[in-house]
Amino acid sequence: MKKLPLSQMPALYAAMAQGGALYLPVDNAAGDAQFTRWQEGMELSRALNTVRSAKDFFFPQTENLVSFRMQGKTIEIIDPRTEGEDFVLFGVRACDARSFTILDKVFLADPVDSYYKSRREHGTVVTLACTRPEETCFCQSFGIDPADPEGDAACWLTEDALYITARTAKGEALLARLDGLLEDADPAPVEAQKAQTAAILAKLPLAQFTTRSFGGDVLMKAFDSPKWASLSEACLGCGTCTFVCPTCQCYDIRDFDTGHGIQRYRCWDSCMYSDFTKMAHGNPRTSQLERFRQRFMHKLVYFPANNDGEYGCVGCGRCLAKCPISMNIVKVAKALEGDVHE
Amino acid sequence: MQSQLIERAKALLADGTVDRVLGWKAGEFAYDMTPALFSSAQELDEGFAYDAFCGANLSKYLVKESRKGGRVLAFLKPCDTYSMNQLLKEHRILRENVYLIGVPCQGKTDVETLRALGITSITAARQEGEDLVVETLYGQRRIPLAEAMAERCKACKGKKHMIYDERIGEEGELENPDRFGQVAALEAMSSEERFAFWRGELSRCIRCNACRNVCPACTCEQCVFDNPASGVDNKAAATSFEENMFHIIRAFHVAGRCTDCGECSRVCPQRIPLHLLNRKFIKDINTFYGEYQAGEEAEGRTPLTAYTEGDVEPSVVYTKGGND
Ligand code: SF4
Ligand code: SF4
Ligand code: SF4
Ligand code: SF4
Repeated sequence: MKKLPLSQMPALYAAMAQGGALYLPVDNAAGDAQFTRWQEGMELSRALNTVRSAKDFFFPQTENLVSFRMQGKTIEIIDPRTEGEDFVLFGVRACDARSFTILDKVFLADPVDSYYKSRREHGTVVTLACTRPEETCFCQSFGIDPADPEGDAACWLTEDALYITARTAKGEALLARLDGLLEDADPAPVEAQKAQTAAILAKLPLAQFTTRSFGGDVLMKAFDSPKWASLSEACLGCGTCTFVCPTCQCYDIRDFDTGHGIQRYRCWDSCMYSDFTKMAHGNPRTSQLERFRQRFMHKLVYFPANNDGEYGCVGCGRCLAKCPISMNIVKVAKALEGDVHE
Repeated sequence: MQSQLIERAKALLADGTVDRVLGWKAGEFAYDMTPALFSSAQELDEGFAYDAFCGANLSKYLVKESRKGGRVLAFLKPCDTYSMNQLLKEHRILRENVYLIGVPCQGKTDVETLRALGITSITAARQEGEDLVVETLYGQRRIPLAEAMAERCKACKGKKHMIYDERIGEEGELENPDRFGQVAALEAMSSEERFAFWRGELSRCIRCNACRNVCPACTCEQCVFDNPASGVDNKAAATSFEENMFHIIRAFHVAGRCTDCGECSRVCPQRIPLHLLNRKFIKDINTFYGEYQAGEEAEGRTPLTAYTEGDVEPSVVYTKGGND
C-alpha cells in the first residue's frame, strides 16, 4: 500500500496523464459527474458516480468500423483505426469496474472483437472505493465490495491522503511511473474506512436484494410470467436504461452513404427500440412488452445461462435513478420472484 | 388527498363508469412512482399513490389506452389538462373512452431536483405543512416545498384545470409566472455565445430519446428519426452537429403545440434544459401572433395552422429575432 498527501493530487494527475491521457469524473455544466479528459486545474467530482458509465471508453456510443471508397470499378477498403493512445481511467467505482469483466465476456469471447480488445489493452483502470453509497446502490447483491474495488489499481480517499495499491501487472507499471510521488503507507486508515463503509452497506435499503432465484433454470417460468404486462405497461421505449447501463452491450451496424463511398459504423442500440434487431420481415419483437421483457430476461436469465451464472447487472443503480417512469431491474426482479419460485 | 382519489376511483369502477384507472403506483423508495393501470379496488389499495412525487404527465398514455376498449379513468394535474386538450385537438385521443378527473397539485418535486439541491441517498420523504422532510442515509433534511419544486412547477401556469369530467378539490386560479426570464437571457447573448451555450448543453446528450418519447406533442406512430426508410433516420449521428439538429428539428415540430408541460426536461438523464428551446418558440409566437397558450382549448385553429393576412413575414421574424 502506497499513499500520497491530497495536496499532491494535481501532481499525481499530471504524472498519470504522462505519455497518454487521463480521464476522471469531473463535474459538468449540469453539475453531474462525467468522465473528462484531465487538464491542469481540473478537480475530481465529489459525486458518487458518473451519469454515463465508464463503458464508453471501451465500447463507445459510435465508432467507425470500416470505410469503402468507390473508384470506377474498384472498391477500396479502408480500416479507419489508428494506433490507439494509452490512457488511464481514474476514479472508476467498483460496480463499473466489474462491468468490464462482463463486457469482456461478450467482446473478448470468440470471435474476439478487435476494436474493443485494443481499447482494453490501452486502458489502465484505477478504481476508487466508495464511502457514501446511495439508496439505489446494490452492487453487494453481485458480490462486489465497493469498499475494496477491483481494477488494475485501487484507491481510497481519506481526509488527508490518497491510498493506492496495484492489483495487476498494468497497475504495477502505473505505480512504478508514479513512484517519485508515492510513499509507503500503513494500511490501517484504509482498513478503518472499509469497516465504516461496510456498516453503511449493511443498512442500504437494497442490502438484502438478490437476483439469485434467476438464471437459465427458470427461463420459461420467467418468460411466461403474466407480470410482464403490468411491468411494461408504462415503459416509454426510450433507451435511457440501456444507454446509462454499464453492462448493456447491444449495438447496431449501419452504413452511412457518403456519396462516393460507405462508412460502416456501429452504434449503441437498445432492445427497447422498435427497430432493434429489425430484419427484412420486420422486428421479431412487435410489442413493447416483448422488448421490455428482452432487456430483463437478458440480464437475469440469458446472460447467466451463457456465462457461468454471472448476471448482466452490477447494481450500479443508474437505471433506478434515471428511468423516466421509475421502472427498473429491482422492481422487475422483485415482481417476478414469486413466479420463478413456484 | 390520496385516499380521496382512491375512494373516487373505487366508486367509478364499482358503478361501471370506467373499467380501469390510470394513476401512479408507489415504488421501492419514497419517490419512484410509476404510471400504472389499476383495475380493482384491491389493486388501488395496494399501490395507488398521489403525492408530491407524482409528477409524470399521464395524458399521453391515453392515446393508446383510449383505443384498447372499455373506458379508462385518468387523473390529471392542472398542467396535464393542457396536454390532454392539445391531444384532443390533434384527434389523438378518443374522448368518449376516457373519464377525466382533475386533481389538485401543490407543485411536484423529483429525485433529480433534490439531487441538484444536494439531497441524495433518500430513504423516505414526507410533507409536513409547507415543508418537505427527507430522510437520507446520512441524516435528515428539511426543505420548503416551494424550494424543492421542479423548475416547471416554479413556472406553473396555474392550478386551474382546462378539461375534466369531474374535479377533486377546489378549482385553482390561472397564474402568470415569469416563464421567459431565461429565454430573454439567452436572447440577450450574442449569437456566438448562444451557439456556444447550446452546443455545450446538447453535447451531453446521449440520444436516449426519453425527451421525445415522453413528450405529449410527439405522438407520430413512427418518428422520422426511427424510420430507416425516411432517409434521415438517426440512431447515431454522423457528427455532433447533426445530433444537435435532432433537438432543433424536434423543437420546430412541436412549436405551437408544446404546452410547456416540462416533461422533456424532467426526464432528461443529462439534465439538458430542453424546455428553453420550447419556451423560445412560445415566446416568439406570443410576440408575433398574439398571446397563445397551447392546450387551453380542445378545439379551434392555432397560430401556426391558421393563415391570416397580417401574419408576420419570415423576414420580420428574422430581424425581430435579433438577427439583423
Ligand atoms: S424501462 Fe424506463 S428507461 Fe427503460 S425504456 Fe422503459 S421508460 Fe425508458
Ligand atoms: S441494469 Fe441498472 S443497476 Fe444493473 S448495471 Fe444496468 S444500469 Fe446498473
Ligand atoms: S453500486 Fe456499489 S460500487 Fe457502484 S457506486 Fe454504488 S456503492 Fe459504489
Ligand atoms: S432525454 Fe436528454 S439525453 Fe436523452 S435524447 Fe433527450 S436531450 Fe438527449
